[in-house]
Amino acid sequence: MGRLLAATGLHFDSSFFWNSLAHPSTAFLQGLETTVYLAVISQTLATILGLFLALARRSKIPPLRAIVWFYTWIFRGTPLLIQLVIVYNGLAAAGVYKFSNISIASFVIPGVVQAAAVTFTLNEAAYMGEIIRAALNAVDPGQYEAAMSTGMTPGQAMRLVVVPQAVRFVVPPLGNDFNAMMKNTSLASVIGLSEMFLVTQEISSTTFNVFEIYAVAAIYYLALTTVWGIVQSAIERRIDRRWGIVRQRQSWVSTWGRRSVTVVGGPVSPENEAILQGVGRPHR
Amino acid sequence: MSDRLRADPDPAGASGHAGDDERNAVLVGSSSRSDPIVYARDVHKRFGSLEVLKGVSLTVNRGEVVVLIGPSGSGKTTFLRCINHFERIDRGEIFVNGRLVGYRTDARGRLVEERSKVIAKQRAEIGFVFQHFNLYPNKSSLENVTLGPRKVRKLGKERADALGRGLLQQVGLEAKVDVHPAQLSGGQKQRVAIARALAMQPKLILFDEPTSALDPEMIGEVLGVMRDLAREGMTMVVVSHEMGFAREVADRVVMMDDGVLVEEGPPAQIFDAPGHERTRSFLAKLL
Repeated sequence: MGRLLAATGLHFDSSFFWNSLAHPSTAFLQGLETTVYLAVISQTLATILGLFLALARRSKIPPLRAIVWFYTWIFRGTPLLIQLVIVYNGLAAAGVYKFSNISIASFVIPGVVQAAAVTFTLNEAAYMGEIIRAALNAVDPGQYEAAMSTGMTPGQAMRLVVVPQAVRFVVPPLGNDFNAMMKNTSLASVIGLSEMFLVTQEISSTTFNVFEIYAVAAIYYLALTTVWGIVQSAIERRIDRRWGIVRQRQSWVSTWGRRSVTVVGGPVSPENEAILQGVGRPHR
Repeated sequence: MSDRLRADPDPAGASGHAGDDERNAVLVGSSSRSDPIVYARDVHKRFGSLEVLKGVSLTVNRGEVVVLIGPSGSGKTTFLRCINHFERIDRGEIFVNGRLVGYRTDARGRLVEERSKVIAKQRAEIGFVFQHFNLYPNKSSLENVTLGPRKVRKLGKERADALGRGLLQQVGLEAKVDVHPAQLSGGQKQRVAIARALAMQPKLILFDEPTSALDPEMIGEVLGVMRDLAREGMTMVVVSHEMGFAREVADRVVMMDDGVLVEEGPPAQIFDAPGHERTRSFLAKLL
């Protein structure tokens, strides 16, 4: 590959590329680790917070609904990059709150990591709230009534029957968001958090192998999202099994003929329903 | 039919609507002749501008099987849903087991809605079987049956499982204990749903068109289970279009139309000699 690029007059340091890919520096690995734990912690907290936002959005108390609406409006309507800077630099400059290092036993959580985790959590919670709200709405109201008919209180019916079923509808969009989250953590480089992107930038400016090292970083991001994709499929299959759904054949969509008939096959699933609704006017 | 297993069906109930005397009997909680489980008086219900129930009164005695018939849109299902307070009512009152359902009287003597915990407790004594089964798709048959006993009656897992297995056996599904609803036929699903209702040991079970969503060959197995329940003395209110079932199992058939109770009486009377023109024309359309 290097020889090919050399022949075209371009520069590609192939040994640097392969070496960085196969034997990344300690700094790079630490950046990778930061990226992963920042993404995992933020997504987890955002999912929990999102559940409460979704429940609040369905509440009977109008001011509560209004507050959640406002929260969602702000966090979905402004750039994540600006949110990061405001939370870390802006709040400190305004004298509102300064994130400083916290040490628990011998473990130190740097202020910048806290600020990033808080921002990613708050931002993602706005999206998760909407995802979970849609998922709760997707559970057949008859399920809630069935639970109530056996003497459950509204709270029990929600917790024991509706929420567990909503999980099935949450996983695909949550997977999508977590995929984005892992890549979006690179934005935390602007507040000086040494995650994978910032480390890559530093390596690039000391070695001048700009293309090679960013290509390596891209491959590592791709590896993270690929691993997550596999995990997500496993989770989805596991939930399907909990529902007693065995996928004997893959869902498929085929289009043929001038009348453009689309056939959606496979077992009845939320995905198929989504496809049908996307197509409009389905004939079942 | 096994009337001897049942509390004396109220012959007077066949003739007309409940009056004030019966109401007092409910409140005093004593009656030699009738033993009402459901006592509804002058129930009104509207959805927006549509008045669905225009003053329905009905008494159901312990051990009695009452089948509600009538054209769609006549308010049968809405009335059934009012009995366990799935629907609020705009006027009138419904007692189950001598207790006002879903409401309490405030200091000024007006009816206000009960707290949800109290309503939940009342519903625990009223089984409900849905047209579309509404089984929990993420749980096995056994888990469907035992969730209520475990979380509401607070039974331990072992006792709840034993209860659940027994009930599934009773509805002929002991082989399907660990199977999920997705792998059950419609008739099997409805039988699991009946077992789920029974698991709360209700004093009364409400059936909302339990066979309407079933293929014809599966209707029989569900009606069979319901027939057995009736024989064992379970009090049942059934909204149904199964006239054969009504004729065979019901103690009383109630004809509703346009939000009112048109007439009620023993099946033989309603089917063979209906007193009202609307009943006649409704039955004629079915045949």
